[in-house]
Formats: sequence, structure tokens, C-alpha cells
Amino acid sequence: MPRVRYIEPDGREVALELAPGQSLMRGAMDAGLSGLEAQCGGNCACATCHCYVQAEWLDKLKPPSDDERLMLGNVAAELRPNSRLSCQLIVEDALDGLTVQFPDRQS
Amino acid sequence: MDSQAPIIIVGAGQAGMQIAESLRQEGFGGALILCGEEPHPPYQRPPLSKKWLIDAGAVGALTLRGPAALERLKITMKLGTRVRAIDRSRREVELADGARVPYGKLAIATGSLPRTLPVPGASLPGVLALRGIADSLAIGAGIRRCAAEGRRVVIVGGGFIGLEVAAGARKLGAEVTVLEGLPRLMSRVTAPVVSEAFARLHRGHGVQLMFGAQVAEIVGHEGRIAAVRTVDGQEYRCGCVVVGIGVEPDDLLARSAGLLCERGIVVDDCSRTSDPLIVAAGDCTARRMGDGELLRLESVQNAIEQGKSAAAALMGRTRQFINTPWFWSDQYDVKLQMVGLSRGYDQVVTRGDLAKPAFSAFYFRAGRLLAVDSLNRISDHMQSKRLLDRGLSPTPAQAADLQFELPSLLKGSREATADEA
Repeated sequence: MPRVRYIEPDGREVALELAPGQSLMRGAMDAGLSGLEAQCGGNCACATCHCYVQAEWLDKLKPPSDDERLMLGNVAAELRPNSRLSCQLIVEDALDGLTVQFPDRQS
Repeated sequence: MDSQAPIIIVGAGQAGMQIAESLRQEGFGGALILCGEEPHPPYQRPPLSKKWLIDAGAVGALTLRGPAALERLKITMKLGTRVRAIDRSRREVELADGARVPYGKLAIATGSLPRTLPVPGASLPGVLALRGIADSLAIGAGIRRCAAEGRRVVIVGGGFIGLEVAAGARKLGAEVTVLEGLPRLMSRVTAPVVSEAFARLHRGHGVQLMFGAQVAEIVGHEGRIAAVRTVDGQEYRCGCVVVGIGVEPDDLLARSAGLLCERGIVVDDCSRTSDPLIVAAGDCTARRMGDGELLRLESVQNAIEQGKSAAAALMGRTRQFINTPWFWSDQYDVKLQMVGLSRGYDQVVTRGDLAKPAFSAFYFRAGRLLAVDSLNRISDHMQSKRLLDRGLSPTPAQAADLQFELPSLLKGSREATADEA
């Protein structure tokens, strides 16, 4: 299974093996990682699962949908070019090694 | 904490889970017990009337935090465990089996209970209400049975839950009637222009909407539901009734323990109750506002933010809940997002296309923005949330003008500068 590396707000790294098809948000919530809230449960309605994608992975991800792009305008932490909502990032084999970092606040 | 006794959290929903997690984030290292009446670990409720209703997958898909998370947080889970009483003088809770567990401090997050119809026949099998997973499964099964037998589903109440279930029932192929006692949908929380858009939406999907329809009786036949009769004598034949007429805070435990309750456990903006050792969060609370009014919010955001405040308060810290309230609902292909509180508004203007629908309703009082309801207008919602968070307001004319850029009002504020950098 693809491994995803998460960096929590305090800098701690956690690598998780995740089944393809699930979202990065789901994987992080199941593991109890800190740094995300996911208030709407993955409906792209709250922008509280904001993450920063490590630069070299940015091009390998499907681009954000219109909805995600609009919701990204509502993130609590700094919006950066590599900002994404982790509920919209779906694990696939090609993403083995993907690294994302959670910001220090989500709401 | 001066005591070895654990912190006990009563209620393992969104708020209870948040209190537990935030306590660890606040540095609490002592024993933590989370008691939940249902057999499930903490899970999300919003999908129960939405996606999960029509496509109930594994319960695990609803879980808020996986087993690994609960282990990492060192939470002792007591599931399927009802707390029967709180003994404040002895600082103990009494469980349903009679066991008494001492607490150092206590958090109450017991949620809310669906209101029941005070009419004959309300306890017939097939009269359903939504609170938990088991209810969602029962409603889904009831709808499918109606669809298969060609019988109608009657939904009592044209609020969020009723309308989401109506949308789900149409997707599952059942005929649906919504009986609303008032003259329009979601009248407690939205302006007529929003109610009308949702009425068009539901009628367009084949839902029969009846307004001013007060239920008099649920008529049974051989132990099954036959019809719903309204006070004007109309009978709506059906195979299943879903009652969605609002919720009441589940504050019985707190009231019995002598905590100050007024239709909800009264808390301040830091989630503190009238007992310094006890906090409360989520649907079970009524928050005392600056003007003395009590505010009840039934939302995920409220559970989370009050949960964070409650955890901080248990650690002797002050963390006020000051965020602008927001809510959302999904019905068919319409995403409704609401931000702010519209009560007391004296003017509503709309922005966008009412017919599509893709518009927002902006609520003002004395020319200042109070709240915005957005239907498939994510950018309006997102921009309005930022304005409301900062106490900024467009004029009604600006809000109604699609050419006017709402974010231009943010210029000069700290965050806008950071974004542009």
C-alpha cells in the first residue's frame, strides 16, 4: 500500500500506509494525527483539513476542483501555492511517498 | 489537577471526542474516560441524513477517529455505557449497572434528542426520527420498503433534517410528502427567498409539499402505519413516517444533578457550567451571550469550538468561543452554506441567480451584515465568512451587485495583506 508521510504542526513526522481510494484526511483522522479538524467530514464545505503539499508532489496530484479552489480561499492558516484540502486528495499507488504538512491552525 | 481521579466525559459524540482530544493537546496527562451510550466509537452525524442515508456503508466510514487515534490519545472508552446520575457532592458518576466512578473533573456532552409528535399513533412501528446510526439505518430501510411497495413516505417537518431525508427518499425512488406546520420551509432559520428556492427545488424533484399542515394523528391499521391525518381532516396514506421537528437538548442528567439549565445546560462562552468542576459542550448546552440572551446552536462547528473551550476550561485556561457560526446542508445538487446568525434582520438582498439556483441571501440589520445563506455560491460563503469574522460589512447595494468584489472590503486588514504577500 502507498505510504504517505504527514508532518504535524509541531514538526513530528508520521508515515502511514493507506489503502488506495481513501482520502488523506480520512487516513490522518483514523490515525489521530494533530493539525486537522475536518469539521464537515470530507464534504469540501469547511476548509479545516488544509495541508501543504511538498513541492515536488504538487504536479503529480490532480488539480483542485472549482469547489476546492474556492474553499481554499477560506483557510485559517496562511494560503500558499501548495495549499490543498486533504479531504480532496485521494490515495493512489502513484502517490507512494507523498508528503504533506498540516498548518498550526484550521479554524 | 490536584486529584488522581480521572476526567470523565459523558457523551461520545462530536463534542465529547473533541474535549478528549483537546485535553491531550492542552497537555492533560491524567486518566481520561469517555462514556458513550451507543456501542459505536465517536462518529459523524451529518452524513446520517445525507450520503449515508442513501448509501449506508460500513460504520467505520463515519468514525471520527480510528482505533489507532483513540489509543494514541490514551482514552479509556466506555461504550454502550449510560451514565445514570452525577453525584456532585461525592464527585462520582453512577453508571446504568450501578457502578460508581469517581471524577476529578467532569465534562457533559450528551447532545440532543429529537422532539416527538404529541399525537395518537406516534409510537406506531414505522414512525421514525433521526438521532444515531441505528435510526439512519431504520429510516433507510423504511424508505426502501415504501419504494418497493409503492407506498408514500410522509415527512413531518420541513427543516434541515426533513428536507435532507426527503431528498434522500426521492433518490431511493420513494414518493414523498412533506408536512410543514408553518407557511414555508426552514422558516426558523432562513428568509422567504431561500425557503422558496428550496420549495421549487423539492417540487422539481417530485416532492409534495403541504404547508400549514398540523398533524392530528398517525393512523394505524393492524399495527402498521396507514396514514397521517392532519387537523384539517386530510389523510396522507403512507408506509413510513419520518418526524423531523427539531431537537431538544439532552440536559436531564445535568438538571437532575442540580446544574443550572434553561432548555440546555447553561454555559458561558468558555463552556463553563454553574459548577466549577464541570464543563459542557455541544447540542446539550445553551450559551449565555454578552447581552444575557441564551444561544442554542446545533452544529458540528459548535460542538468542536465549545469542546475546545471546555478542554481549556478544565485545564484552568480561558479560551472563548468567538467564531462566526456556520452550518451546511446538502439537498440534491444544492449545497447550502450558512454563516452568521440572521435573527433580528430587517433587510435581505440577494446576489446571483435565483432560478438556477446559484445565489446568496445577505441578511442585514440597520445596514450591517448579520448573516449570509449561500446556495451553490461557495465563493460568497467563503468571502462572507471572512467579512463577518472581522466585523466588516458590505452595504446592501454592494452585496446585491455581482460586479462588486466582496474581498475588496478586506483590503487593509491584516490577513488580506498576508494573503497578497
